[in-house]
Amino acid sequence: MVMFTLRRFLQLIPVFFGATLLVYFLVFATPGDPIAALSGGKPMAPAVEAALRAQYNLDQPFWVQYGLYLKNLVTLNLGQTFSGQEVSAVIARAYPVTARLAIMALAFEAIFGVFFGVIAGLRKGKLFDSTVLVASLIVIAVPTFVLGFVLQLVVGVQLGWARPTVSGAAPWNELILPALVLGLVSLAYVIRLTRASISENMNADYVRTATAKGLSRRRVVVVHILRNSLIPVVTFLGADLGALMGGAIVTEGIFNVPGVGNLLYQAILKGESATVVAVVSLLVIVFVVANLVVDLLYAWLDPRIRYV
Amino acid sequence: MSENLTPETEPAQPVAPAARQGKTSSRVIEHFVAPLEDTPLAAVDKVDNTAAPLSLWADAWRNLRKQPLFIISALLIVLVVVVAGFPQWFASVDPTSCDLANSAEGARAGHPLGFTLQGCDVYSRMIYGTRASLTVGVLTTIGVLVIGGTMGALAGYYGGWLDAILARLGDIFFALPLILGAIVINQLPAFRDNRSVWTVVVALVLFGWPQIARITRGAVLENRNADFVTASKALGLSRFSALVRHVIPNSLAPIIVVASISLGTFIVAEATLSFLGLGLPGSVMSWGNDISAAQPQVRNNPGVLLWPALALSITVLSFIMLGDALRDALDPKARKR
Amino acid sequence: MRFSRTSKALGVAAVVAMALTACSGGTGGNNATTGDTTKVITANNTEPQNGLLPANTNEVGGGKVMDLIFTGLVSYDAKGKIVNELADSIETKDSQNYTIKIKSGETFSDGTPVTAKNFVDAWNFGAAAVNKQLNSYFFESIKGYDAVSAEGSTLTTMEGLKVVDDNTFTVELAQPESDFQLRLGYTAFYPLPESAYKDPAAFGQNPVGNGPYKLAADGWKHDVSIALVPNDKYNGPRKAKNGGVTFTIFSSPDAAYTSVQSDTLDVLDQVPPSGLQNFKTDFKDRFVNQPYAGNATMTIPSYLPEFQGEAGMMRRQAISMAIDRQQIIDKIFYGNKKIAKDFTSPVLDGYSDSIPGNDVLTFNAAKAKDLWTKANAISPWPADKVFTITSNIDGAGNKEYITAMANQIATNLGIKAELNPVSSFKEMRALVNKKALTGASRAGWQADYPSLYNFLGPLYGTGAGSNDGNYSSAAFDSKLSEGLAATSVEAGNKLFNQSQEILLKDLPVVPLWYQAVQGVWSNNVNTVEFGWNGVPLYYDITAK
Repeated sequence: MVMFTLRRFLQLIPVFFGATLLVYFLVFATPGDPIAALSGGKPMAPAVEAALRAQYNLDQPFWVQYGLYLKNLVTLNLGQTFSGQEVSAVIARAYPVTARLAIMALAFEAIFGVFFGVIAGLRKGKLFDSTVLVASLIVIAVPTFVLGFVLQLVVGVQLGWARPTVSGAAPWNELILPALVLGLVSLAYVIRLTRASISENMNADYVRTATAKGLSRRRVVVVHILRNSLIPVVTFLGADLGALMGGAIVTEGIFNVPGVGNLLYQAILKGESATVVAVVSLLVIVFVVANLVVDLLYAWLDPRIRYV
Repeated sequence: MSENLTPETEPAQPVAPAARQGKTSSRVIEHFVAPLEDTPLAAVDKVDNTAAPLSLWADAWRNLRKQPLFIISALLIVLVVVVAGFPQWFASVDPTSCDLANSAEGARAGHPLGFTLQGCDVYSRMIYGTRASLTVGVLTTIGVLVIGGTMGALAGYYGGWLDAILARLGDIFFALPLILGAIVINQLPAFRDNRSVWTVVVALVLFGWPQIARITRGAVLENRNADFVTASKALGLSRFSALVRHVIPNSLAPIIVVASISLGTFIVAEATLSFLGLGLPGSVMSWGNDISAAQPQVRNNPGVLLWPALALSITVLSFIMLGDALRDALDPKARKR
Repeated sequence: MRFSRTSKALGVAAVVAMALTACSGGTGGNNATTGDTTKVITANNTEPQNGLLPANTNEVGGGKVMDLIFTGLVSYDAKGKIVNELADSIETKDSQNYTIKIKSGETFSDGTPVTAKNFVDAWNFGAAAVNKQLNSYFFESIKGYDAVSAEGSTLTTMEGLKVVDDNTFTVELAQPESDFQLRLGYTAFYPLPESAYKDPAAFGQNPVGNGPYKLAADGWKHDVSIALVPNDKYNGPRKAKNGGVTFTIFSSPDAAYTSVQSDTLDVLDQVPPSGLQNFKTDFKDRFVNQPYAGNATMTIPSYLPEFQGEAGMMRRQAISMAIDRQQIIDKIFYGNKKIAKDFTSPVLDGYSDSIPGNDVLTFNAAKAKDLWTKANAISPWPADKVFTITSNIDGAGNKEYITAMANQIATNLGIKAELNPVSSFKEMRALVNKKALTGASRAGWQADYPSLYNFLGPLYGTGAGSNDGNYSSAAFDSKLSEGLAATSVEAGNKLFNQSQEILLKDLPVVPLWYQAVQGVWSNNVNTVEFGWNGVPLYYDITAK
């Protein structure tokens, strides 16, 4: 197990270089001229334009640009944004906010998703099951930007139960509504995955054995069926954590959350490689770690899965 | 009845009906004792080993076609496909003739669902939008299933360095922002001057496969050490055959669930890309496009948003039901006898 | 699901084409109600794109802050008229040599006096190429600009600027420019204290100014908020009537709109498209809807083969007449704009709505079709050619009107027309700058300073910096120079309007409508007034 974990961390090194190279190239390959956009469509003195281009190495060929980026990276210098701020500072500001939002959304998905999924799975085809199905359909078919907007209007403005937008520090309590909106689509996945697993395992031999032993229904469901049904759910949640940590442009925009999603989106549109590469590389690390945790959870959930 | 329609799944072996006849009579036995000549004792419990063995898929199909869930969902899907193929059969108004004078007008004769902000007919756009949306949804789902499913299955089953490479590749792709990828894909010479649903499908598949890969890998990992796999290997099946014949079919449940929901989210994701100028050109109609175009008016004219969303819901619902039915049919444990 | 979440933009404005200028003069403050003058007002803003240096701030987000923490020789009142701030007098006899006297006894917020040298140094700093200031071209009319702005130049002073004494300096321009003094309230012309030059980047993060407000201690929380407190050293006409202004950074105007609705934000200067239909009922008596110095146009580049010569001119006129502007305003903008009658803006001095030839801006489907047919007789429109209108669609609200416009052009001219969306502003600018457009493109102008010339010279002069369509007309250029050489602003304006007659025939761009600002405020503040440039007069807002 220790070796397994250690090996996984070693894999981070090639993954990190692969990811930075790929992302750097993609940003490089996006069309447009970042410096021209800086002028906002107004004229710019040619000398100023040339000087700015040189400042961000935009006058260099791709490999030189990437090499210079890596060189800075070795000294832990993540580069600067076009507005002259340190990328490391920008990320340090935005990441904790996104992390709070992601954790809350994930908790919401996991708790409600598994709970509703278990009930739906146990009462397959009954009213509750169908209600959950219809509700999931709404969440899938109505995009987040509409659902979020409507919820904000109703809960934030008309009922006045919560601030419609998050204040600067983005405290936990103000993130409840955004986290809810953020978790909704994934909630549909978690419910359906749990439901499918539960209904599949209900007829398994070990369940019949457990019931025959005289165990209570609750114990059979929670200890035996649920534990054996969680692998796909855990897989999904693990992948989703990474997606959530990548920021949520729509939800952040609606509730004005100063997180990573908007940062990344703006940086892509502006062609600000330093920011994009830093955010995405961090995200890759989050993914690798999340997947490691998921893999370790597999072994705990299902003793047949072993790692050496 | 259906024997004629599906000869390949139900071989008309002369002995097979006899075996079934035996089953039927066994139920009857509980009520009365039949004359010996009607129920040849020897036939009751005898395994018919001359019949061709039914494969898992043939078995599933026999089970499937009797399920109301399957029949309803299949009919719905056929309907959606027909609408996509022949929209002109369902709508007579030209969806591209838009007159701003009709902007956001309500329903009237010939225009049962009213008009969009641009003064286009909502009903007609909903009908004509089916093709692009369905194509994007189905093709992308197939794409991610093929790529993600293969990668995930191989990674989970063989483990080791193959797993390491494939899983880490997935991590990188999962972390890349879709918009960034889509911007670059749009610049590729093949797509730049000739944007179509394919542009969108390629972008969505390229950045969507890791999710299915993760799910498949997890499910395969769970099943690769199961007793039936060990048994099949003991019976002389190669490792790869065991993966294809036993592990994958038994791992399908979560894959089907995720794929059937993803179909819907892909259709919505197309809207996202179009909204950002990275998706379908304006002349191609799609539900996603119409849903995002209707967003600013959601307070005053929610109907314009509701109809394409409803069409999307029904499509997703039918695929989710199909997935459910398929899953039940494939899973020997969950099967109703 | 990863897609629907990580990829949707909700009207996140990209670089907003620029230029906000000074907030306006004190004469606008006819606020009858006297309210609480100690409460802090909150307002929406976007994150400034650069450090807060006068010559490096060229967009709205930074402009709003700059105009509150700095003040120049003059400022603009609510109507766009210039009001003296630091200037005691600005004198010229020939529109080329100016003598500027500044008031004595004025100081920066750190207590150092504002002298003539602070102006001259700041302008030299802004113009010199070595300092990489985005607004450097604003100094191009000053004699000696060419030398300091040349690529590789290490010069840092322009010969046209001379300090006479502590309170006097002279400006010599390269050529006469009658509207020069109108520009002096623009952000680029603000003075800088001596302390700025040691480390301009650090100064930009924590600027020391001379305006009605100053940055609070640790006031700029990037991407979150910018807190300003009144500057008690300020003695000009824009004295703060509240306890400070805190800008909250919003990534979308929709979010800001709901915040004002729930009274968690006091002032919003941009109602989003989703609110245009409802803001009057949502806010009853707490909104304004007034024109500001900006317009929307559509550029049809002169380098397109179909739009050259006689046929090209007819085609441009046909397209202009095929657009039913009023219908688009009514249906897409819910009546919240005014159709354009010229190339400038009605809030400017010298504006005229009756320039001869402006009937080409009036919808006339029959005449449009007729002109189009005539043009085809000269050189046929390629079969199956689609007339495209390129626009970035990462900001809210462009897509809708361009689609509507394309539909009208298609219907009225019987051709194919559609929106050609591009994903980012940088892609759009690259297409425009490289002259690589294959059709029309979305355009528009927001005034830097309230002058007709600002809407004409930089946009349509031969070789001018923002002449995106490569328009070139000797007749227009000479009328423009005549206007600049005029000895008074009024005389100049008359000539500028004559130059517009030429534009109306050639239509280098198709004017669409004048921009209007829709602003709303919360229950916590008294009536908010908005300036000539669409920016609220923040200093004049009082809390209830």
